[in-house]
Amino acid sequence: MRRFLLVFFVKKLNLYLSGSKGKCGTFMFELIEGLKAAFRLVITFDPELWEISLRSLRVTLTALLIASLIAMPLGTYLAVQRFRYRRFVIAIINALMGLPPVVVGLIVYILLSRSGPFGVFNLLFTPTAMIIAQVVIITPLIASIAHQAMRELWAEYHDLLISLNTTKAQRIRTLIWDGRRNLLTAALAGFGRAIGEVGAIMIVGGNIDNVTRVLTTAIALETGKGDFALALGLGFVLIGIAVVVNLAIHALSRTEREGRW
Amino acid sequence: MTGMFPLTLNQVVVRRRGRLVIGPVDLTIGQGGPLIVMGPNGSGKTTLLRVMHGVERINAGSINWAREHPERHAFVFQSPIIMRRSVFENLAYPLRLLRRPKDEISDAVNHWITRIGLENRGTTSASRLSGGERQKLALARALIRKPDVLFLDEPCANLDGRATREIEALLQETAVTGTRVIMSTHDMGQARRLAQEIVFMLGGKVHETGDAQSAFANPKTAEFAAFQRGDIVT
Ligand SMILES: Nc1ncnc2c1ncn2[C@@H]1O[C@H](COP(=O)(O)OP(=O)(O)OP(=O)(O)O)[C@@H](O)[C@H]1O
Ligand SMILES: [Mg+2]
Repeated sequence: MRRFLLVFFVKKLNLYLSGSKGKCGTFMFELIEGLKAAFRLVITFDPELWEISLRSLRVTLTALLIASLIAMPLGTYLAVQRFRYRRFVIAIINALMGLPPVVVGLIVYILLSRSGPFGVFNLLFTPTAMIIAQVVIITPLIASIAHQAMRELWAEYHDLLISLNTTKAQRIRTLIWDGRRNLLTAALAGFGRAIGEVGAIMIVGGNIDNVTRVLTTAIALETGKGDFALALGLGFVLIGIAVVVNLAIHALSRTEREGRW
Repeated sequence: MTGMFPLTLNQVVVRRRGRLVIGPVDLTIGQGGPLIVMGPNGSGKTTLLRVMHGVERINAGSINWAREHPERHAFVFQSPIIMRRSVFENLAYPLRLLRRPKDEISDAVNHWITRIGLENRGTTSASRLSGGERQKLALARALIRKPDVLFLDEPCANLDGRATREIEALLQETAVTGTRVIMSTHDMGQARRLAQEIVFMLGGKVHETGDAQSAFANPKTAEFAAFQRGDIVT
């Protein structure tokens, strides 16, 4: 996951660079000028860049909150409770995790479009639509990671919790509390995936200036226009966020390994 | 205390993956001093204790307590289960489940922390403790609810002489307060020091039971006599 994010950005950059190769000499110049301008934008808290970044964070954090509230209890429940269709549900979650975000975007688009089943709510091309798409994308990811971690913890605690005559609710609460670092790691992975995602939110959000334009969609647009300064500035912000998230995951897994809690 | 005994096991059979693990077992356990379950590796000691505690599914037969009080049982597992929490929180956990008042919990926990010699280590993460300290922690956590029955599955298997004696001392104090101690062990010396009654398991069956003193002095079966001498018994 960690590596995935970084590779993702590097690939993105390469893609943009190779996109305008024709005029090679001037390109390098443009790029360097773009980098300078980008630094300036970041350092001076350029209002546009700032606004787009905040919107990105708002959308993704909301989606993360909703997805976590669904995925974490679900993952824990699947670890603790045996029921008839448990394996089936786990298989579905794993399958959903592999769904390409663009396809999720397409499906959410169809559902929310005027003639779709939820058309009356007029949600298409709003931040809410983007939140919905992101929730759909990251809920299976978080649920799957949470389930994996909770299954290990349950195997460890099983005999003790049975022996202490705990109720089902007490078991789930204990596992969530004692596995909170693992759950946080799952959440961070979900956050990383959502904040860097572009396909789905482009489709359902429409990349409307001042309304649904977020970091990734803005980068795509500005790069297309050839405005490297803003694109790179936004890219820096995104890379910064990714680095922070990855460092946090790293720190968490280290405290976990060393048994500090 | 509350009259949970006698415990009767009636034709109890445990099968796993088509294999007979224990049984059929008939056993009656009354109130009394420490009961020690002995037997070679794989003879079914762990399974028997788990069955009595009610955490192992049985395939046939029945188990009857004079009075059913699952919350008055405690179990110390063969390899201690340490929660990913501090020493203090590990000890507090069984009481927190019962929603006991905060000061009652901290009094009890501090009492036990001192008793097992972990003063000033309440806030350290329990996973950092040594094997002996973990075992003592698991024992204290089992005792913190003042159970009427305490099951222990080879609590001293990996401990040195000193840690073993510390645990034995704790167990003897516990037995004096009226808690029924039911424990499995390999260690003949330990069995002699603690046992008031013994159960000797062999091949998943109860091979010999009775008063410890007479069983050690005059074993009824040749196998228990051989086991006592340290011979290989099958
Ligand atoms: N769930 C299970 N599935 C298959 N076999 C099992 C299972 N549980 C126990 N057994 C087998 O039953 C036998 C008795 O196991 P048990 O753990 O009760 O023995 P024990 O007397 O406690 O041995 P030890 O002294 O090594 O702890 C062993 O041969 C074990 O492999
Ligand atoms: Mg055993």
